[in-house]
Amino acid sequence: MSLTREEVIHIAQLARLELTDEEIERYREQLSAVLDHVARLQGLDTSGIPPTASVLPPRTVLREDEPRPALPRAEVLANAADAQDGQFRVPPVFGERE
Amino acid sequence: MQTVAQILHALQAGEISSREITADVLARIERLDPQVHAFLTVTPEAALQAAAEADRQRLAARRAGQTPPPLLGLPLAVKDVLSTRGIRTTCGSRILDNYIPPFDATAVQRLKAAGAIIVGKTNTDEFAMGSSTENSAYGVTHNPWDLERVPGGSSGGSAAAVAARMVPVALGTDTGGSVRQPASFCGVTGLKPTYGRISRYGLIAYGSSLDTVGVLTQTAEDAALFLHLMAGQDPLDATSMDVPRPPQRLEGREDLRGLKIGVPREYFTEGIQPAVARAVHAALDVMADLGAAIEETSLPHTEYAVPVYYLIATAEASANLARFDGIRYGPRAQAEQMWDVFFRTRGQYFGPEVKRRIMLGTYALSAGYYDAYYGQAQKVRTLIKRDFEEAFEQVDLIAAPVAPTTAFRIGQHSGDPLSMYLEDVFTLPANLSGVPGVSFPVGFDDLGLPIGMQLMGPHFQETRLLHAAHIYQQATDWHRHQPDLLAGD
Repeated sequence: MSLTREEVIHIAQLARLELTDEEIERYREQLSAVLDHVARLQGLDTSGIPPTASVLPPRTVLREDEPRPALPRAEVLANAADAQDGQFRVPPVFGERE
Repeated sequence: MQTVAQILHALQAGEISSREITADVLARIERLDPQVHAFLTVTPEAALQAAAEADRQRLAARRAGQTPPPLLGLPLAVKDVLSTRGIRTTCGSRILDNYIPPFDATAVQRLKAAGAIIVGKTNTDEFAMGSSTENSAYGVTHNPWDLERVPGGSSGGSAAAVAARMVPVALGTDTGGSVRQPASFCGVTGLKPTYGRISRYGLIAYGSSLDTVGVLTQTAEDAALFLHLMAGQDPLDATSMDVPRPPQRLEGREDLRGLKIGVPREYFTEGIQPAVARAVHAALDVMADLGAAIEETSLPHTEYAVPVYYLIATAEASANLARFDGIRYGPRAQAEQMWDVFFRTRGQYFGPEVKRRIMLGTYALSAGYYDAYYGQAQKVRTLIKRDFEEAFEQVDLIAAPVAPTTAFRIGQHSGDPLSMYLEDVFTLPANLSGVPGVSFPVGFDDLGLPIGMQLMGPHFQETRLLHAAHIYQQATDWHRHQPDLLAGD
């Protein structure tokens, strides 16, 4: 299983990662090797086997819908790179990525 | 450094104050950590202040005839993926370089409520992704038994801190072996509880269906106390289970009679270092002498644990780590458009292994590949889980090596991530099936490096395995050995 350069660029796009040319080539090689290894799963007959998403018994956990104090706003915003008037401040969100 | 049980006894008897033991811990960190680098953050002022307060509280309780909280005044280290209110929490990543959580993880909060004092945060592979602590953005931790070797990972800082006797106990997390494998490499005891036993709230998520909070100590007895204090349902984690808390003390058993221990043949393959197999078999002989019945068992899908884990864990990671985008926490790369802020921040501040796993997980979940990779991995996970259920119909516990080798050299696997992943083969199955495991020292190889063994049990049977480890530790002294680094200490 050998990934192409274009496939690596596509995955990075989905994952929102800006990669250098060198990284693209390195991940292409390393991920191809890992995919070769995981390919051994394909040989296993799993027809009729249900998937496991959680090891716990399936159950629904409910709680009362009661208001409770949120985290202290100043402490939360202190972690942000940019904040203003008690809110996160971000660059423009419209426009296309070049 | 004494064990937790000994320190608590001395505190209760008034033989030592919390200020004294905390100052001793801080002095050891100052003396040893420049060589070991187990800590990312140390909080001496806050710790000494809390210790003085603990001493006052103990005195007040004594005068009032009240019982003080069980851990009052005990120093503790916490792996840097667990949120600690007011204390920098980096996950070993530049992307959380300056992050100060506004809340405590539930496990941390419960220990603080029991009186424990945080002295610092320990090094970890970035976002707990790794088996050597080499993936930390803040430098590798050195194994106290041989400073040229890794301590294991990802809880390598916590394991090294306990092994070098800088602290009596440290919290870790175990998603694919990250408590048990470093415990094995560093010659300490490490408990990975059942999935759902301890709340994951405030554990910065890696693989949500696999993540567990665990503890590293010198003895199984100490691990039992911490399990007791951290366990229990939490409204802030819907996967935490409402089951009775395990007891604080390991009592009511003098030997291992009546206990059937299974040894899975798939764990003794040709890749295993001969010294590791020898030490594990010798430990089983001791357990047989203590009355346990040892028999061969089988976990036939063991060889699939590595591919299943590295698809499921990375898929979950790719979703969990989407939140790190430079907006709410961490540094932000500058750009005109927010779209570019996301790409650049993540590209610049995530390390190579984290990017690799996010890419792998994204691929496994992507259109056209989901069924073949992620879906198939979830089905094989069912087969691995059934292996354990079937084995536990025949035996009470499963005993196995923790890792195929002892601690490897720093840099030995660099540039070849797959070779590192393959080292995890013996620890991953417990996470995939959710069962508890405890790792504890059972000998040394020819180079004097510690060898660990793990016991695994059915869901929520931690006490059974801790008790067996405790009986073993009563009969042997491997867990009392200390690295030469401490000679003259």
